[in-house]
Parts: sequence; structure tokens; C-alpha cells
Amino acid sequence: MAGMRRQPMSKKYHVINTPVHNVDGIAKVTGRAEYTFDVVLPHMLYGKILRSPYPHARILNIDTSKAESLSGVRGVVTGKDTLGVKQGIWRRYKELCDEEILAREKVRYIGEPVAAVAAVDEDTAEEALDYIEVEYESLPAVFVPLDAIKEGAPLLHEQAERNINVTRHIEWGDVDEGFKQSDFIREDWFRCSSQAHVCMETHCAVASYTPDGKLTVYTSSQSHYYIKVLLADVLGLRENDIRVISRYTGGGFGSKFELDSAQFCSSVLSMKFCKPVKIVLTREEEFMATKRRTPMFYYLRTGVKKDGQFVAKESRVFTEGGAYTAMGATALYLTGFFQAFPYDWPNYRFDGYRVYTNTPPTSAMRGFGAPQATFCAETQIDIIAKELGIDRIDIRRKNGMYAGYEVPGQAWIQSCGLDECLDKVDEWIKGKGDLPANNGIGIAAYGFMSGGIFNWFDTPYAFSSAVVQVNIDGKVDLFIGSQDMGQGSNTTLTMICAEELGVNVQDIRLHMGDTDKCPVDLGAWGSRETLMQGNAVKMAAAEVKKQILEFAAAKMSPNIVYDLDIKDGWIHLIARPERGLAFNDVVKEAIRGRDGQPLVARGHYTPHRKGMISPAYSFGVQAIEVDVDPETGKITLKDCVTAHDCGQVINPLGVQGQLEGAIAMAAGYGFTEDLPMDEGKILNPNLVDYKLLRTTEMPETTVVEVETYEPEGPFGAKEAGEGLTNPTAGALGNAVFDAVGVSINELPITPEKVLEAIREKDKPETNKED
Amino acid sequence: MDKIKLCITVNGEDHECYIKPKKLLVEVLRDELGLMGTKRGCNTGSCHACTVLINSVSVKSCSVLAVQADGCEITTIEGLADAAELSPLQRSFLDYGAFQCGFCTSGMLLTATSFLAENPEPTEHDIREGLHGNICRCTGYNSIIRAVKAVADGGYEEAADE
Repeated sequence: MAGMRRQPMSKKYHVINTPVHNVDGIAKVTGRAEYTFDVVLPHMLYGKILRSPYPHARILNIDTSKAESLSGVRGVVTGKDTLGVKQGIWRRYKELCDEEILAREKVRYIGEPVAAVAAVDEDTAEEALDYIEVEYESLPAVFVPLDAIKEGAPLLHEQAERNINVTRHIEWGDVDEGFKQSDFIREDWFRCSSQAHVCMETHCAVASYTPDGKLTVYTSSQSHYYIKVLLADVLGLRENDIRVISRYTGGGFGSKFELDSAQFCSSVLSMKFCKPVKIVLTREEEFMATKRRTPMFYYLRTGVKKDGQFVAKESRVFTEGGAYTAMGATALYLTGFFQAFPYDWPNYRFDGYRVYTNTPPTSAMRGFGAPQATFCAETQIDIIAKELGIDRIDIRRKNGMYAGYEVPGQAWIQSCGLDECLDKVDEWIKGKGDLPANNGIGIAAYGFMSGGIFNWFDTPYAFSSAVVQVNIDGKVDLFIGSQDMGQGSNTTLTMICAEELGVNVQDIRLHMGDTDKCPVDLGAWGSRETLMQGNAVKMAAAEVKKQILEFAAAKMSPNIVYDLDIKDGWIHLIARPERGLAFNDVVKEAIRGRDGQPLVARGHYTPHRKGMISPAYSFGVQAIEVDVDPETGKITLKDCVTAHDCGQVINPLGVQGQLEGAIAMAAGYGFTEDLPMDEGKILNPNLVDYKLLRTTEMPETTVVEVETYEPEGPFGAKEAGEGLTNPTAGALGNAVFDAVGVSINELPITPEKVLEAIREKDKPETNKED
Repeated sequence: MDKIKLCITVNGEDHECYIKPKKLLVEVLRDELGLMGTKRGCNTGSCHACTVLINSVSVKSCSVLAVQADGCEITTIEGLADAAELSPLQRSFLDYGAFQCGFCTSGMLLTATSFLAENPEPTEHDIREGLHGNICRCTGYNSIIRAVKAVADGGYEEAADE
């Protein structure tokens, strides 16, 4: 069967950096993709959750008898039906596990679950909620972190003095000495607002407990592994008696890797009644009672030399934590770390305080604290550049990070294309020429991590694992634990496997979204999947490939100085690619020759000795052109370019989609989205009053890929989705600054704020520096 | 509440079912007929994820009672492809990566289908106006606009039966 065939082997990669169809695409465009929202099991009950109307109250009594006597109601559960475990993702730090999900004694925010009902249909369950009688004792509440830290403020958690939940200190260099050496010092306060994730599929779960002690949970999640383990903790089950399933997740953005009320309440109900129970949160519940982006109150003090050289930076932040820790402690650390990004600060100090308040808990959301930091930092840099008369590109270039730079004690940058990104954006701006009146361009530079090194979850497993098996027909089974919530990791990881193994994307059958069948991966958060799960997939594929090549070499018996490779299903001598064997033929014989043992291998990845934060960092620069109406303050986004270093691009179509989606979400954060509250109650919990960007508001979006090679990433790849949320609010603010000369320090940058600032600026005798 | 009889044609198939009069069309499609491709993003008519075609006109199926569609012809996402032959918009959505999580995609495709039927030669701006009501939290819309434009520009032929 050894043969000759002409092969175009000139391309370095046969799969990578080629646009391929999303591997789940046909299922998604034909409506066949089954989300948790679509799961129906025989004899299934429907659940609804009763939530607290008070921001802070003691639960004196819950009477469920009337609700339980309603026709069609199967039963009600409250905190008394649970083990009362205070849970959280901080399994290594028990003091931070502070949320019961079904409150037993006290509620701490409007929307906190207090009871859950199961009934024959949703309408009956909804009706039953009205018949559950809860007696509350209302307690004094506090809503703003700067009030909550005051002496005598109402305490949310008794052990947390002054409501301080977590503090974080980062420091390097000699900051005080740095300020002494600075020629120019600037101080500013910023306020960064909250934001809702608004996944199109709301949080939902179908839990099914059977008398053999096994619990199966279908759920819309970013990490099936985390949900499985967290459920085991709170339900008193063994981890592997729980199976978490669902291939499709209708959006996540950081909101779906903690245990949520739908998962917990449906499980408790199902265990009590031994029937499947489905809970789907309404859009209103989604807004009012799921987690959200962390609002931050930032103070920045920055010292520079006359020529724009950065010398020292001091930052302090108070974050509105809401009622529980959630993922907020990580957001606190990351905002402090990324406050220094992407620059070489010789002296830096950060002090962060996460404060409990009687508001819905704040947590992870795409960018994870970095969009807030980047908005403040980039806004201030433009003010400083203007005051010193330095070009905004030059000041960033002068101080930017570079390959080989070490963030002292924190991180090591191995690849960095920031300089080239600045060049590309500079060219784009210059190409625009003179802008019309009241038009402006703003820029912001940013960086982000490619997967966190943190293991507060205390997993003893590798961070990512994969299994690759090659079958006799050449079809490859790839098993991964990671979750595709829309970001496209299923396609990216299939491509990585195909490239490494030398087969095509269509040759791979992907298995994911089922904890009974797939190896552990920590999940899709912190931009982990391309690098961490990608490395595990590459390792497994490489090991199988080795087994196949050993067999092929024995068969072809080339001179042993020649290496073999596989590309596009063709096993060949690298030096003489026309000499080779078909992959499928070799595989069939290899399996037969191994006494029927399949060709299978495992791969895994856990970062070691890569600093405190992440093994690799993406970089980029974004410029946005806006038109500001000076009469109304209205901002129109006209155009946008992003020069982006994500290492080696794996899937160009995927990267472009991530970039455009990030701009829509982050522009929303910058100028339209907000969660205003009155005494802890969210005032706009619907898609009419909560203003997401629509088709007509999106600008043109040009992507310039600046390719670098990241030694730690699979084929040199880094993250390409979350970090793109970081620059937009800052670039938008700087564009308004460029257009009409006012700098807004508070998100979102609404027409009202712009108009007020313009009027303030135009007033005679104000804001004039002596 | 007494159930009443509903006769609808969905994706070319006639259905007869008995429903409570307050049932929404989206509920009947999903719960009675098992057509789970139609999604529900809000239940307040604000996201257009539940869009279907009633007599070729795009309608939010969470905003009409099923009985209002009595006697009508309905097309859902399951009816866009002809067996394995995808519609031009479905193919262009694949080529342009015009979806990510996929939850809004059914509604987006049906809105776009009816939009192109009414506006065979739209400008990009027209397409943006036409899809203004459909929320997508993942893509930032531009890939969707490109995909619809490509079909309008004749880049995708209808599945050839001639």
C-alpha cells in the first residue's frame, strides 16, 4: 500500500489559520442544537423560586402549607431542606464560602432565594409562590461600599468587620521615591458601573435524581466540572454520583461557572421528590438575582517625567461586592494587576478593598476586573499626554511592555506585539486625515491573560485534560472537558487536534459537555481554553501520532535519519513528502497489529513556574471614532480598528467574531448599559430599559492581526476573546475627549454626562488652571 | 379553563391540537409540537429570539396567542432547510460565522428570511434597520449583516430543483 502522491506541503499548517465552519454550526443554524432550555424528561416537574423582596432581613418563619395544598403542586423546599452548607468556589479558603443559595436565617439582597416549589407546570409553580408565607424582620441595609465601610454601618456578615470582604495588596519598586522623582503628578477618581451578562439563554437546569443515589443535571454552564463538584459539596453526594450534561450553552460571559439557584434548587427538589425538575430563570430574575460585573470606585495617582516616562503609580479601589464573595475576590486581584497593564511601571502599588453591600453579588464578567482598570488607566494617560503635550501613541510606545519583560513578582511576558499594534493603529488614525468638527478618535491599549493559574477551587486534577482515540476507519474521537458557550472553543480545539494529528476537521468527532464521559477541565473562564485545553489536546494528539508514526516507520523502513510527519491524512517522509502512506490504511493495520488495542492517548496541562497570574498574555490597541452632538451629548460610534496580538491565530473566523462581539458588549459598558438601583432594587430588569447595542449602533470593525509566537501556547496561540472587552470603554471616553475636549470619569458615558461636562467646560472662569 | 381546538400548518405539516386559549404560539410550538428550535429570550417581545413566520410574515411567537394563528401557515427554523439542503441564509451564516452561542440564531434567520423576501436588494443600512429588533449578545451583529448581504447580493443560490 506504500504509494506516491503529489501533495502541496508548502503551507506550514494545513488546518490552523484557515477559516473553517464552526463544528456545531449546522446544529445551530437548523435549530437542532439542544440547549438545557429545550430538555424535557418523562414525568418532569417545573420549579419556580421565591425570592426576597427585602435587601436585608431576618427570616422569622416560612409557612409553605397553603402552597403545598394547591392542586398540581408537588411540594416546596426551603433552607431547612438543605444541609445548610455555605458554598462558593473558594474551596481552599472556607471563610470566603459564604453563600447558602437557599437562605436559612437571613437574606442579604433583593432577589435572594428563600424557597422553591415544584409543580406539574410552570404556571402552577408560579401561582404557588404567592401562597408561600414568609415572615421577615427587616434590617437596616447599606448599598454603597463607601457607606458600608463606615463605623456603625449595618453588617452583612458578622465576621466581616466594616463589611470588608477581601483586601488585596500588590506592590513593587519604591512608589514613594518614584513620586519624588516625578516631574508631573496627576490624581483622579473614577467610577466604573455594573453590567449584566445578558446571556440569551437564561440560567436554567433540569435535575433528575434517581433512587440509586445518582443525580443527573442538565445545565447551561461554563464549567460542568465545577458545577458537579459544588453540587456534591452542598448535597452531600460523591462527586461521581453526579453527572452534569449539556453540549450547548446559550452564552456565559462569566456568569455561568458558579453554582446558581436554578441548579441548586432543581437538585434539592429532585432529591426530595425523586422526579426530574426543570427550572428556567425568567429574564427579570436573570437581571435581578444573578451575578453581575463589579462596580468599582477607583483612585489613581500617577507620576511621570516631563518626557512622558512613567515613574510611579498608586491605585486604590473599593469594589461593590454585593451580598456574597462570588468570584469577586479574583476580580479584585485582577483589576489591581491589570491596572498596571500593558506598561512597564518601575514602581507600582495597589490596594483593593472588596466591600459587602445589600445588593446582588458582583462577580466575574468578561474581562474580570480588567475593563474597569483599563478604562481608568487609559483615560488618565490621555489626560497626562495632553497636559504634557506628548502624542498619545508615543507615550504608550515609550512605556509599553515588551517580550522578556517581567512584571515584578507577578508575571513574565514571553511574547508581546504591543509595539506593532501601536504602529498599525497609528497608521489607521493618520489615514483618517482631518476629522469633521465634534468628531474624535480615542485609543486604548490593553493586555489580558490566557488562563488563570489560580487554584482556589483546590482541584487535584490537571487544569485541563483530553483524550484522543483513533478508530479503524481513521475517524478520530476527541474527548475534552471544556465547555463551548459560544466562544467557539469546540472548533478551535478540534482544529488543534486535526493539525497536530495531521487529519482534517471533518475526521474528528468531538465529545464534550458530559462529566460522565469527558476528562476534567476547569472550564471556560479566564480565557483558558485555547492555551490550557489546547495544550492538553495537542499533547494527546501528539502521543497518538507518535504511536502511528512508529508503526508507519516500521512499515516504510526509511533511512532512520529521515523524519515522518502526517498532514491532510497523508503519512510521509518530511524530506520527500510524495513518499508516504494513507493515514486510514496505516491506522487500520496498526490496530490489527496491536492485537486490537485502540490507538489512544491522554494529554494534560497544568501551569507550573509561570508566575502568579497566567502563563501568557495577549496584547492589543483599539481606536474608536465617534461623532458627538454638542447640543445633546449623544455619541455615535462611527468606526473602530483593533490591532490585536493573540499569538498564532487558530481560527480567523472565530477571532473576528470574538472581537466584534467584545466591541458590542464593551461599547455597551462604555456608553449605554447600567444597572441603576433604588435601595438595592434594580430599576431596569428587562430588555427594553436595559440598553444593549443593536444592529444600527454597531460601527465598522476592522481587525488587524499582529502575529507573535507564544512559546507556552499550542502552536504559539494565546487568548483571543475576553481581553478584547478591556479597551473599548477607555477608547470611547478618549474619543469623546478628542472630539469635544471633555474627559468623563464615570461609566457609562451617557449623553447627560457629556452635555453637563461640555457646559461646565464652556462656562467662563471655571476649570482654568492658574 | 376549557381547551379549544387549534388547526395550524407548521413547516408544511397540518397539526390539530387542543390547547388552553391563553397559550402563546411559542408555547404550542415547543410544548405541544416539540419544535424546540424556536427559542424564548425574554417573553416580553423585546429580544426577537422567538421569531417565526406566520403566512410568510415575521412575528414574535411570544407575543401572539396560538389561537390567533389558527388556520395559518407557520414556518419555524426546522422548516428553513429542505431536508439536508440548507437555505441560502443558513449557508451564509455558516460561511460568515454569523452566530456564536446560537440561541438567537433561529429568530435571526427567520427575521432575515422574511426581510429578504420583502427587500430583495437591500443596502447594508437597510439590513441593519431590518434586524434592529433582534438581540444577539455574542457576535456584535456585523457578521450577521455580512451574511445577509452576501445572500442579497446573489452569492448563494436557492437549492436548485431545476
